Amino acid sequence: MGLPLDAVLAQAMLGLTQGAFYAVLSLGLAVIFGLLNIINFAHGALYMLGAFLALIGLNQLGGWIGAPDFQINFWAALVLAPLLVGLFGILIERTMLSRLYKFDHLYGLLLTFGVALVLQGFFTNYYNVNGTPYPGTPASLRGIVNLGFMYFPKYRLFALAASLVVCFITWYVIERTKLGAYLRAGTEKPELVQAFGINVPLMITLTYGFGVALAGLAGVLAAPIYSVGPLMGANVIITVFAVVVIGGMGSILGSILTGLALGMVEGITKVVYPPAANTVIFFVMVIILLVRPAGLFGREV
Amino acid sequence: MKKLACSLACAAALGLSVTAPVNAAGISNGEVKIGVLSDMSGVYSAIGGKGSVVAAEMAVHDFGGTVLGKPIKIVSADHQNKADVGSAVAREWIDKDHVDMITDILNSAVGIAVQKLASEKHTITMNTGAGSTALTNKDCTKYGIHYLYDTYALPVGTATAIVKGGGTSWYFITADYAFGHSLQNNTETIVKSLGGEIKGAVQAPLGTSDFSSYLIQAQGSGAKVIGLANAGADTINAIKQANEFGIVQKGQQLAGMLVFISDVKSLGLDTAKGLQFTTGYYWDRNDASRKFGNAFYAKFGKMPTMDQAGVYSAVLNYLKAVKAAGTDNADAVRAELGKMKIDFFGSVGHIRADGLNVHDMYLVKVKSPKEFNPNVGHGWDLLKVEATIPGDKAYMSLAQGSCKLVKK
Repeated sequence: MGLPLDAVLAQAMLGLTQGAFYAVLSLGLAVIFGLLNIINFAHGALYMLGAFLALIGLNQLGGWIGAPDFQINFWAALVLAPLLVGLFGILIERTMLSRLYKFDHLYGLLLTFGVALVLQGFFTNYYNVNGTPYPGTPASLRGIVNLGFMYFPKYRLFALAASLVVCFITWYVIERTKLGAYLRAGTEKPELVQAFGINVPLMITLTYGFGVALAGLAGVLAAPIYSVGPLMGANVIITVFAVVVIGGMGSILGSILTGLALGMVEGITKVVYPPAANTVIFFVMVIILLVRPAGLFGREV
Repeated sequence: MKKLACSLACAAALGLSVTAPVNAAGISNGEVKIGVLSDMSGVYSAIGGKGSVVAAEMAVHDFGGTVLGKPIKIVSADHQNKADVGSAVAREWIDKDHVDMITDILNSAVGIAVQKLASEKHTITMNTGAGSTALTNKDCTKYGIHYLYDTYALPVGTATAIVKGGGTSWYFITADYAFGHSLQNNTETIVKSLGGEIKGAVQAPLGTSDFSSYLIQAQGSGAKVIGLANAGADTINAIKQANEFGIVQKGQQLAGMLVFISDVKSLGLDTAKGLQFTTGYYWDRNDASRKFGNAFYAKFGKMPTMDQAGVYSAVLNYLKAVKAAGTDNADAVRAELGKMKIDFFGSVGHIRADGLNVHDMYLVKVKSPKEFNPNVGHGWDLLKVEATIPGDKAYMSLAQGSCKLVKK
């Protein structure tokens, strides 16, 4: 190919940013699957919901409450939108999902798929399907920085850093703290953990809320980069599922590392053979599943 | 197995009897049925989609609701940008529901497949949404009409204006399917014929959400102009991200080869200002286009894209042809469409033997936020018409074309 090193580095950097989004999204899926055994198909729609909450807070909320100048800025949205998405998730878990735990996985999958379609349909009805730009990028994150091998938008650098921090904290809490130990034990042997006086159903509800809040956070982070549109979740969710499968269902560390790595694989593919960019992840998935059916980091059952 | 073979044979026999020519005069099946086949939920749904259905219904209403004393009915379906889904819908419409004409058919891959299938079944298609010139060349059919624009006409206005304005070297970001390839080839031809240079191209899959990688490649090529041979959400994302990476500020120019007004609305004037492109319709061009634009806005809450306006005009002219021919028989209506003047919001076109509707196109430029007048057009005062490209200049001549139906 004779590609100059700078070009490869630049593409890897872009891929890494994309990978960071994959990582945060697949992390949420992995937490939910690992601890609740739910295949959360609504994840993409909740990611979209996070982005829309940020957009609505900035553009429309003021008008609705009769104070046109009132705006929820990006930083506030970064905190509020995931909280709201998390609450919405808790509502879904309490009212619907919790009734399905005693049945097959398939029921949870169908329910969450239905929730995704309803959300998508709702926003398609009221907003531009092609997406609406999010104009609220903070002034401090506008513009580009020189990384030596390329000029890179400041905002993307921020999104990359923020995603990595969130991934690390989540991994640390679940794998290295007492709270995480309770969580893992609660899903393994709920009766036993309950006998120690721990409220397992509450823990499960909060875990689901946290998992979908991660999706909401990714949505807010994505809003300034991509247009906010009803289909943004549907476009990314299939890839994210592939990431989770490759990383090993339920493996926290696996989903983070796989997300980052596959983003880079996709980035490099865009230079080497662009037409395959959207499919390369699925080729990787097929090969990995042939060699390691439980995924790269999955435990054999 | 025997049973299956028998029922297959029976079904085939039935199918034959249905598609056998009906009586040549009058309206078959007691009504005229028009199918709007579009992308209802995907990347192109803001261009056509439900707005196309509204436009078709408005045309029926404006025509008077009946033709030759028989009711007119609109049906619609989502082809999901898949040629097989589109073909299946078209087959069912024609065989089972007796649809007389199919319109919109956004997406060239779907457009080519449906046009071929419909013509085999003696059904007229009036394609307003797809752009590939193959529709009236290599894949031209007896009943297929390419109504609104094609990938030859688009660059004639845009690329010519840009090359003459100093944009002499080009790099393409191309949607990786029939439409994108066709648009890129035709643009290249024009750029080269004016003495310009092609620095390279990259094929991006349809529905790419992150164009940054392709944009960096385009930036590295050193070309003066980055030509976007794509459409809809793809174009929007590419322009938005080019802005994010400061590509325009560093001196490269973007050229959207197919831009719809919905894209400009979605991008906002700050990002899109100064963008030049070629269109078949802009609502604020003359009285006729304003009248339709405002009526459409009252119904749909958005100004029409050129595709939606095209659907309106196609349905209206089809009904006029049915009326003039005194029948919905496809041969008679197609002959009538070939003879009559095609009124397109005050300009006049004609439909050739290869199915191409030759009509004027317009070179437009996106207004700057300063030029924008918030009191005009409900916030849709987005474009200004810079030049009119006469139909015979905008479109490929019959002599240049390769349609086998044209005797040379």
